[in-house]
Amino acid sequence: MNPKVTRRRFIKGVVASGAAATTTGMWYAANGQNRPSGAVERLIRINVNGQLRSVDVAPQETLASTLRYKLGLTGTKLGCNRGECGACTVLVDDVATYACSVLTHSMKNALIETVEGLESPNGDLHPVQQAFVEELSPQCGYCTPGQVMAAVALLRENPNPTREEARHAMSGNICRCGSYDSYLDGVMRAAQLG
Amino acid sequence: MAYMHIGKDFVPPDVPGKVTGRIKYAEDYTREGMVYSRLLTSPIPHARVLDIDASEALAMDGVFGILTADDVYPDGEPQSTGLKILTNEPTLVGEPILAVAAIDEKTAETAISRINVTFERLPFVLDPLDSLAEGGANAYPGDQNTFVFRQGFATEKWTEDQVASFRAGNEPTGEPQQTWSLGDLEAGFAASEFVYETTFTTAGYPHHSMEPRSAMAYWEDGKLYLHGTSQSLTALADGMAPIIGVPKKDIVFINAATGGGFGQRARANSIPSMAIPAKMSQKINRPVMMRITREEEFTIGGARQGFQGWIKVGFKPDGVMSACDLYIISDNGGKGGGGDASSAADCIDVLYQPDALRFRGTSIGSNTGHRGAQRGPGQNQIAPIIAPILDKAADALGISRLEIRKINAPHNGDVAGPRQTPFTSAYVPESLDLATQQFDWEGRQARRRQRKGSKVIGLGLGQGYHNAGRSGMDGIVTMGTDGRLKIHNGVGNLGTYSYASTSRAAAEVLKMPWENCDVLNVRTDNHLPITSPQDGSNSIFTNTRTMFGAATDMLNKMKQIAANDLGGDPADYDVSNERVHQIADESVGYTYADIARRAMELGGKYTGEADLPDELAEWTQISVSRLAGSAFMGVYHDARHEGNPPGFTVTCCEIELDLETGKYAILDMVTIADSGTIVHPQGMENQLVGGAVWGIGLAGYERHVYDPQNGLPASTGYWQSKVPTYLDTPVKIGTGWVDLPDPENPVGARGIGEPSMGAVSAALAAAITDALGGHHFASAPITADMIINHLAGTEENAVPLAQNNFRG
Repeated sequence: MNPKVTRRRFIKGVVASGAAATTTGMWYAANGQNRPSGAVERLIRINVNGQLRSVDVAPQETLASTLRYKLGLTGTKLGCNRGECGACTVLVDDVATYACSVLTHSMKNALIETVEGLESPNGDLHPVQQAFVEELSPQCGYCTPGQVMAAVALLRENPNPTREEARHAMSGNICRCGSYDSYLDGVMRAAQLG
Repeated sequence: MAYMHIGKDFVPPDVPGKVTGRIKYAEDYTREGMVYSRLLTSPIPHARVLDIDASEALAMDGVFGILTADDVYPDGEPQSTGLKILTNEPTLVGEPILAVAAIDEKTAETAISRINVTFERLPFVLDPLDSLAEGGANAYPGDQNTFVFRQGFATEKWTEDQVASFRAGNEPTGEPQQTWSLGDLEAGFAASEFVYETTFTTAGYPHHSMEPRSAMAYWEDGKLYLHGTSQSLTALADGMAPIIGVPKKDIVFINAATGGGFGQRARANSIPSMAIPAKMSQKINRPVMMRITREEEFTIGGARQGFQGWIKVGFKPDGVMSACDLYIISDNGGKGGGGDASSAADCIDVLYQPDALRFRGTSIGSNTGHRGAQRGPGQNQIAPIIAPILDKAADALGISRLEIRKINAPHNGDVAGPRQTPFTSAYVPESLDLATQQFDWEGRQARRRQRKGSKVIGLGLGQGYHNAGRSGMDGIVTMGTDGRLKIHNGVGNLGTYSYASTSRAAAEVLKMPWENCDVLNVRTDNHLPITSPQDGSNSIFTNTRTMFGAATDMLNKMKQIAANDLGGDPADYDVSNERVHQIADESVGYTYADIARRAMELGGKYTGEADLPDELAEWTQISVSRLAGSAFMGVYHDARHEGNPPGFTVTCCEIELDLETGKYAILDMVTIADSGTIVHPQGMENQLVGGAVWGIGLAGYERHVYDPQNGLPASTGYWQSKVPTYLDTPVKIGTGWVDLPDPENPVGARGIGEPSMGAVSAALAAAITDALGGHHFASAPITADMIINHLAGTEENAVPLAQNNFRG
């Protein structure tokens, strides 16, 4: 092999993925450049936490990018940006959804709920949030908004789950701190709180 | 002892912010005029940068600047282990070469695609034993493959026959880099009734903290404001200032919450990437955000050292471990560093108190993820290897598996390790009793190896250990005329809640209601004292000492002022209900608000302007000097303690292993801790169950996998690595603790974060071995594929002792 190889030539020849191409696509979508002319409508309205929000959305923009970088709803976290960890979980029409894995343009007729939308207008925590506080469910907290939203989705569909049912329903959300037990304690307490 | 706060649950002040999403991690911040930095990383595992042509990129609209290794190291890259900020000689795929700042990330990425970097491709190696063999490639600059402490990079080689013999299962014969021993090894083996010898492997794998280590920086009025991530604010900032090249007084580190650390965010030199936005911002004079992706986090986020080892253990007829001989080749990855192997030997000495022990070790690099401290570095790798050996000895000698552990358990007054350090306290037999009683270990023995269809039951008992306490740090508390206690705490907020629970030691001293305390952390310009890095399970022990000491200083000052003003001797005074008062007549005294006002009137030593403790760290001195005169102050420098404050855990588990699939379910698990007085029960439980999940990953799942042809990492994601999920862990993990105080800590506390992982991995490995009729894989992880291959009588399709591949 030629001992001298340029980065570009190497990638072209050998590597299609991995660290060299680290992040293509991750946040491009939140930026307004290189837009295809005459393609998808850019200014759309989406319903987030009960409010219609007008937002300039690139064609390939993910919901997570829109929420975080356009609407300032940074409670929705990006842990992997590839549909593995669940930190970006939001509710779309009551269904727990990875916001990193859906395009904002597909959300035009949907009801989107993020962790910021759960508290009551007077500031009371949602029962899931309250239960997570009481059980000290979070550790580092980075996955917590996603865990909260997954639990809310579960309890709307099944208000009295068994621990085993809760475990399966929450299994799309990774907690690297390993706080699964405490989150399940929180879900079961939230079911009691109603 | 009856405490007001210690041992009681509370809601740490950051928890509501975590459940509402309001608490901010580094990437959640923004700043007017902020631009974005992206990285060009190495596409090949070992190379030298010959040329960088960025002219086209720099000519683009919206591109503000480039930062290279030549910029950050004008005098050349330091010849030391560990990641560099940027490098011209990458030794692993994904290592940052340069950064570009632009108006947005799309533009930055486009600019990077227009930069032409010419690399000289160098030989690479993925398995340390391949490098150790004569003629094997070397991972490090200068064609070297190891790093010798205080000497620098070097080359270590064995003959091919020596390496082949080791891979074939024999005792390594190469000269070790490091060795220490205790007792008479030969006599120990001569006295043995049962001797067990095997080679073993443990896998390296990434930390994979949930929060990628994004950072944002800007300069204002000559000061650097750095939003980043850490395990402790002041420990990190104290080390980061010289890396960036800014005086300590001119850096403000902001870090309200950290999305997981596990050892790789403890010290500045393990996270030098935060210097990139700081340096870039300085260069282009704009706020710079550098978002880090999951793939980048894999690369720069660090990894555990893998082991390729050999162990020989002897037991006397009465079950006493009479000798242990341990030889470990540790995988130092692409950047060197890490001392896990010696800690593994130390762990065996602590937990089993052998009559004789010899450790031999050699560290060899590979062009894989950079290694550093990861939860129980060394102690936890050896835990799942040694536990099944204890069981084999017990079975061979006709001793119960519980009894052999009690026979060898450390007690109060025992010593361990190369320096034969005494424990500050130790209650391992008590922990074994509590765990086995809570689990009904004896009652379950009848279930061992019982089979139902394709499923078979296995029982496992495991132990974990880590040194769990340090000293020598500083503490600051202040009180204003509102009478509220302000606890300045540099401990990071990464999920242990230690920043809050250690603060309660200060509240305890002053008998202060928690709701009238303010914990000041979040940013270093809250005038924080120096703390040790929140690693090595030390925070509870170390920082309750400093918090207790600072509050005691304030308490003594309160009594002095009261005695001077109101008569009597300071010893005649006590505190209660937020008042300092005479013991004999509680009506004579001051409220806390009044005493703070008096202290500020008096000034001097009462407000940090005089008579400060000697040996305050530079960081603490800066903080105190900025607070001086503004509030009533308690300041403390903690003297060094004596002995080794250990953290111990014991785990019992029952698994059901499917002989058709090689998978197993954990039916039940109980973990018990010996970590002194429990300061915060809910936090303690979180550390135990969290460590259990990590132990499950170590024993059964997590590993590095690299493409052998191109050296590309194949485990950059959570799934590939693979981090345990809800479904890999028990439905409920039982926890408990011995709760006996340690004499070297003012509230009796020791740490626990790391041992909780080791005991679980040990118990699981023992349970798998048990379910398989005693087959000892001598490996971590033990994957379903390995189990199936064993059951089918099929040889594994892997080189023996392979690292960074599917076996080990």
